[in-house]
Amino acid sequence: MSIPNLDRERFRRHYHTMVAIRAFEEAALDALKQGLVHGAIHPSIGQEAVAAGVCGNLLERDLLLSTHRGHGHTLAKGADPTAMMCELLGRAGGTSHGKGGSMHIADFQVGMLGANGVVAANIGIAAGAAHALKLRGEDAMVCCLFGDGAINRGPFLEGLNWAAVYGLPVLFVCEDNGFAATTRTRELTAGPGPVARAESLGIRSLSVDGNDILAVDSAARDLMDVVRTAGGPRFLHVRTYRLTGHTGTDPAAYREESEVAEAWQNDPIARCRTLLTSVGDDDAMLDELAASARTLIDEVYRKARDAAWPAPELGFAHVQDLGDPRQRAY
Amino acid sequence: MNTMNYLEAGKRALAEEMRRDRTVWALGEDLGRGGVFGQYRGLAGEFGASRIVDTPISEAGIMAAAVGAAMTGTRPVVEMRFSDFALCAVDELVNQAAKARYMFGGQTTVPLVVREPIGMWRSSAAQHSQSLEAWYVHIPGLVVVAPATPADNYGLLKSAIRCDDPVVYMEHKNLWALEGEVPAVEGALPLGKARTARVGEVLTVVTWSAALHVCLKAADKLARDNLEVEVIDLRTLWPWDREAVLTSVESTGRCLIVHEAVQVAGFGAEIAAVVGEECFGRLNAPVRRLGAPRVPVPYSPPLEAQLALTVEKVEAAMRGMVG
Repeated sequence: MSIPNLDRERFRRHYHTMVAIRAFEEAALDALKQGLVHGAIHPSIGQEAVAAGVCGNLLERDLLLSTHRGHGHTLAKGADPTAMMCELLGRAGGTSHGKGGSMHIADFQVGMLGANGVVAANIGIAAGAAHALKLRGEDAMVCCLFGDGAINRGPFLEGLNWAAVYGLPVLFVCEDNGFAATTRTRELTAGPGPVARAESLGIRSLSVDGNDILAVDSAARDLMDVVRTAGGPRFLHVRTYRLTGHTGTDPAAYREESEVAEAWQNDPIARCRTLLTSVGDDDAMLDELAASARTLIDEVYRKARDAAWPAPELGFAHVQDLGDPRQRAY
Repeated sequence: MNTMNYLEAGKRALAEEMRRDRTVWALGEDLGRGGVFGQYRGLAGEFGASRIVDTPISEAGIMAAAVGAAMTGTRPVVEMRFSDFALCAVDELVNQAAKARYMFGGQTTVPLVVREPIGMWRSSAAQHSQSLEAWYVHIPGLVVVAPATPADNYGLLKSAIRCDDPVVYMEHKNLWALEGEVPAVEGALPLGKARTARVGEVLTVVTWSAALHVCLKAADKLARDNLEVEVIDLRTLWPWDREAVLTSVESTGRCLIVHEAVQVAGFGAEIAAVVGEECFGRLNAPVRRLGAPRVPVPYSPPLEAQLALTVEKVEAAMRGMVG
């Protein structure tokens, strides 16, 4: 493979982002093992090219809605990794003061309007955010990621139809890792799949190898350009593989070890590195780039472990103004 | 003062808020043609199709869009046609709208209003007649409003639209045509404040929505025997005006809660419990509730009538407490 015109800087950035996401989730899994993460986490190890290639191409003013498997998306959108790790550990300084945890990670400062604990629920919310952008005449778009399991829920139909009918600036991204929780999605999904469903609503779609950062980056940027200029929604189907279990504690016994070993041969981070070396980047430079990402996350993890617990009164804050439980809880 | 009906009062409130704040918009099925009861008639002409938005029959999609739009700098007013249909959008209301502010640690608010017409009306049967206000009062993060008069529908809808948190706004279908005085001057009414609709000494009746009017008629009957009943219209169910209720019960020593909703686990149960906890030493009679039997609403008029609140039923409950 040789791509003489490759924008190396862009793909070095993607490589750095992907290594940082991997390191972040490895640290989160370590924290889970040590009892520092308290609830469920859903790692996206093996899916980093989607986060980097899609979310890494959004502008600061663009909005992002993600899933329970949303660490990578959020990091790639530019959220502060220390605040995110504090959130996972339930500590002060967390993006949401430790009130949401991994499954509800959000950073409104960078336009990340929340990961969602309910599969497909973010699709209609994304359509609504785009509706508001259009009403307010804002020059921005919305990106909404969901898994392959989401296409069997009603909000997939209602949200896509909504965005198409009102011509809203949304890029829908179906991050297809093959599993709906712990069941193979194809066993329980009628018809040819996500693209056919989106196209049946008149939404033009692309399907790409989600472990190929070049393909994801190129498709995402092309579709984002169309969304920004044509004003209507587009749909991107990215085919990837979840190298870990559904949650941090799921041993994924429902699949053969050989299948997972084979999938590791298709690791998107290794493939990104091969892409860069194929255009002449040397190993020492890439090692250094990867090391800088890992050092960054080591520091993030250390800071989060040292962070204090949130002040107890925060448990009663941010419920609502009227009927605020701090005044009238019972 | 102007005389107008409950429906027109709500429409005036929405129109005024839309003129006052360009970020307010309404969305729901058939709104461009005025909405199922005509609550939006004429508004599309003034505000255009981009702010009076006709939507597909996608309750979950409507509510989800409102959540996203509310987190993105606008104030959507959602029309659900019938509160029963809002059950198609419970995830969007309960898991999303009500939780976003809290679970994102105050990074956002969700200033939306969802209008959910409630109540028995013209033999609408089991899926178009329910009063499910208690469900929503149970959910942290939601405000719940149930206006009983044109003046309240005007003033409370304005406040609901200005509220930074999601408001479940429950108009009663049987009240659309009810005429009443509404201030000619623009003005909102505070949420969370009850109104003493009738002053009395022998018994406190706590009620809301269409049941208020039944209670007032029953109270008039007792007044003929010099038994003056105090009637409190709660108006907002969360936060509810505990002070108004407890102050009244402290003075009368008796409390009856009347609502159209099913009595079992209705919001009357919460009020009864609080009155029991707070006023035990002052009570001269057990706290009582009067609501519907735990039966789906039937279609046939004589069957439906068995479930409805009537002046006779309320009068009997009142007399049973003061006799």
